[in-house]
Amino acid sequence: MNDRLRPDGNPVINESGIPIQPLYTEADVAASGGNAMLGRPGEYPFTRGIHPLMYRKQPWTMRQYTGFGNAADTNARFKYLIANGQTGLNVAFDLPTQCGLDSDDPLADGEVGRVGMAIDTLRDFEIAFEGIDLDRITVSLTINGAAAILIAMYLAMAERRGFAVKGLRGTAQNDILKEFIGRGTWVFPVEPSLKLVGDTIEYCATHAPKYSPVSVCGYHIRESGANPAQEMAYAFCIASAYADEVLRRGVPIDEFAGRLSFNFNIFGNLFEQVAKFRAGRALWAQIVHDRYGAQKPGSMWMRMIAGGGGSGLTLEQPELNIVRGAYYALISALSGAQTMALCCYDEAYTIPSEHAQRISLRTMQLLIEEMGLCDTVDPLGGSYYVETLTNQMRGEMERIIADVDARGGIVGLIASGSIQAQVSAQAYQRQLDIDAGRLRKVGVNCYRVDEDDPQVEFHPYNEADAMTQVARLAEVRRRRDASAVARTLDDVRRSAAGGANTMPAIVAAVKAYASVGEITAALTGVFGRYREPVRFEE
Amino acid sequence: MNSTTRARPIKVVLAKPGLDGHDQGAKVVARALMAAGMEVIYTGLRQTPEAIAQIAREEDVDVIALSSMAGSHLGFCRRLKPLLEEAGLDDRLWVIGGNLPRQDHEALRALGFKGIFPTGARLDDITAFIQRNSR
Repeated sequence: MNDRLRPDGNPVINESGIPIQPLYTEADVAASGGNAMLGRPGEYPFTRGIHPLMYRKQPWTMRQYTGFGNAADTNARFKYLIANGQTGLNVAFDLPTQCGLDSDDPLADGEVGRVGMAIDTLRDFEIAFEGIDLDRITVSLTINGAAAILIAMYLAMAERRGFAVKGLRGTAQNDILKEFIGRGTWVFPVEPSLKLVGDTIEYCATHAPKYSPVSVCGYHIRESGANPAQEMAYAFCIASAYADEVLRRGVPIDEFAGRLSFNFNIFGNLFEQVAKFRAGRALWAQIVHDRYGAQKPGSMWMRMIAGGGGSGLTLEQPELNIVRGAYYALISALSGAQTMALCCYDEAYTIPSEHAQRISLRTMQLLIEEMGLCDTVDPLGGSYYVETLTNQMRGEMERIIADVDARGGIVGLIASGSIQAQVSAQAYQRQLDIDAGRLRKVGVNCYRVDEDDPQVEFHPYNEADAMTQVARLAEVRRRRDASAVARTLDDVRRSAAGGANTMPAIVAAVKAYASVGEITAALTGVFGRYREPVRFEE
Repeated sequence: MNSTTRARPIKVVLAKPGLDGHDQGAKVVARALMAAGMEVIYTGLRQTPEAIAQIAREEDVDVIALSSMAGSHLGFCRRLKPLLEEAGLDDRLWVIGGNLPRQDHEALRALGFKGIFPTGARLDDITAFIQRNSR
C-alpha cells in the first residue's frame, strides 16, 4: 500500500490541496524552504508570533459576539459577560442597522432587534455602553456597509462620555469587500464602498490613532466556500486594496498599517489552521515590508481575532459544538491569536443564551488557567510537520495572490462576481462531499443518533422591543434640532459629491442625532446602491 | 406531472427574503437544482415579498423557493402568501429552506409551504421532493 493513501485508498490531501505525509523529518522542512522565514517571536517576519512573550505577558482578549433587541437589552448582556471575566466586547447589530436602514423603515419590518442590537441614533449608543469603562474594555463593532456611520457614532459617544478619542482603542469590522463575497450587508457600489473604507482609515489615523478602523475578514470568505489558503490569500488581497486606497491619498504606510487587523476562521484540520496562521503572519509582514516599504515593526503585524467557525458546527447533537469550540479555542491559542470569539453551541439554532455564552467564555478561561497555553510562545514551533506545512501553506497563498494580481486584482474580481462564483462552486462540492460521506461530519454523516428536539433554549424575539425602538427614534426626532440635522446631512451630501473625506461631516451629523438611515440616504443619493452580480460561472 | 414527460424543465425562482445576507446555502441549492436539470432564477439578496411574487408571476415558475437564515421567515411568509395567491400562483409548489426551528414547521405548512428543508437537509432530498411535487 502506498503510504500516502488512507486505508480506504484515498490520498490524504488537506483542504488547501497540500498532500499530507505519514511522517515528517528535518529533510522535509529543508525541502520546503527550511527555516528561512521562521525567525524569533516579535521579530520579522513574525511567523512565531508578533510579540516576544505573547500570552506570557497578556492572554488573548476574550470577546464573544453579542447583541439583540434594543440597546438596553444588550447593555445588560454586556455587563453579564464582563462580570464573568470577559475582557472585550464584540457588538452584533440587527440587519436594518447593518444595511443602513432605520427601525421604522418598511424594509426593517420584522427584523428590528432580531439578530443583533438595533441602533438608529447616537442616543442608542449612549444607552448601549452606559456604565462600561471604554478604557478598560475594548469594543469591536461588527458593522460593514454602515461602518463609517457607526464608527463616527462610537467615537462621538466615547467623547461625550469623557474618554480621550486620541487614546481610544477598539475595532470596527468595516471590511466591505468581503461583504460582497459573503455576509451580504453591502449598501453602496464597490468603488464608493472602497472609498468610504479609505475615509475611515484616513480619519482615524489622525483623530483616533489607537483605534483599529478595519478588521479584514478571511472568516466569511471561508464560510462562503473558500479553502484555508484562499481564505487568507484573499484577505491579504483585500487588505492591500484598502492600503492602496489610503496610500493614494498620500498617507504614509507607517501611519495606518499598524491599525489594520484581521479576522480568520478556524474550522477544519487542526494542523492546517495552525500552519495557515503562522504562514500568514510571515506573508503579511513581507507584503507590508517589501511591497509597501513599511519600517515600523507594528505596521507588519498580522493582528487577528480567531476562534469562530460557524460552518464547522452542526445542528445535529449540538452539545458536540461545545467540544468543537474547545478545539477551536485550542487551535487559536496554538496559533497566537490576539483575540478570541467562539461560536456558542446553540448558534445553529438561536441567538446564544447567557448559559451558552458563559460556557464559551469558560472554555477560553480553562485554556488560560488550567492548560498552560500561556506559558510558552509558539509551542508547536519546530515540529517537522508544522514547519513544513507552514512553508507549503505560505507558498500556496503566494501562488493564489499572484493569480489574483494576474487576473486584474481583487476589486475587479469581486465587482464582476468571479470570486463569489468560485467559492460558491467549492461550497457546492463540499456539500456534495458531506452528503456522500466523503467529507466526514460527526453527527451528520456518521455517528448519528435519533434525536428529538435537542435541549436548546430559544432566544425569544420580542415585538415589543422593536416597538420601543421605533418609539425612541420618534422621540429623538422630535427633540433634536431639526435645522442642525438638515444642515449636517447637507454637508454629508456635499462632502460625498465633492470627493472629500466624508468622515468629518458624518461625525457632525451623528452628533446632531441624525439617524443611520438618514445619513445612509444622504450617501446613497450621491453614491447610488450596489447591484449584486448573480453568476454561477467563474 | 412526471419530469420524464414534461415539455420543459421545472422552473424555479429561488429567493433570499428580507435583509438576511447568508447566501451560501441558497447558491448551493441553486447549483443542485440546476445539476438536476431544472431552470433556476436566483434572485440575489434583499427581496421584498412584492418583488418575489412579481418575478414568480412574470417568469411563470413552477416552484417558489425561499432561503431564510436570520429568523424572520414566519412574518415574511405571512406577507408573501396573499401576494402569491393574488398572482394566481397558489397552484405552484412553495418550498422553504434554512434556519427553520421545528416549532415553526406547522405554521409554515399552514401558510402553504409544502416542502420545509431545515439546515442539514440533503441536496438529493430537496431535488427529489421538487421533482415529485411540482406541477
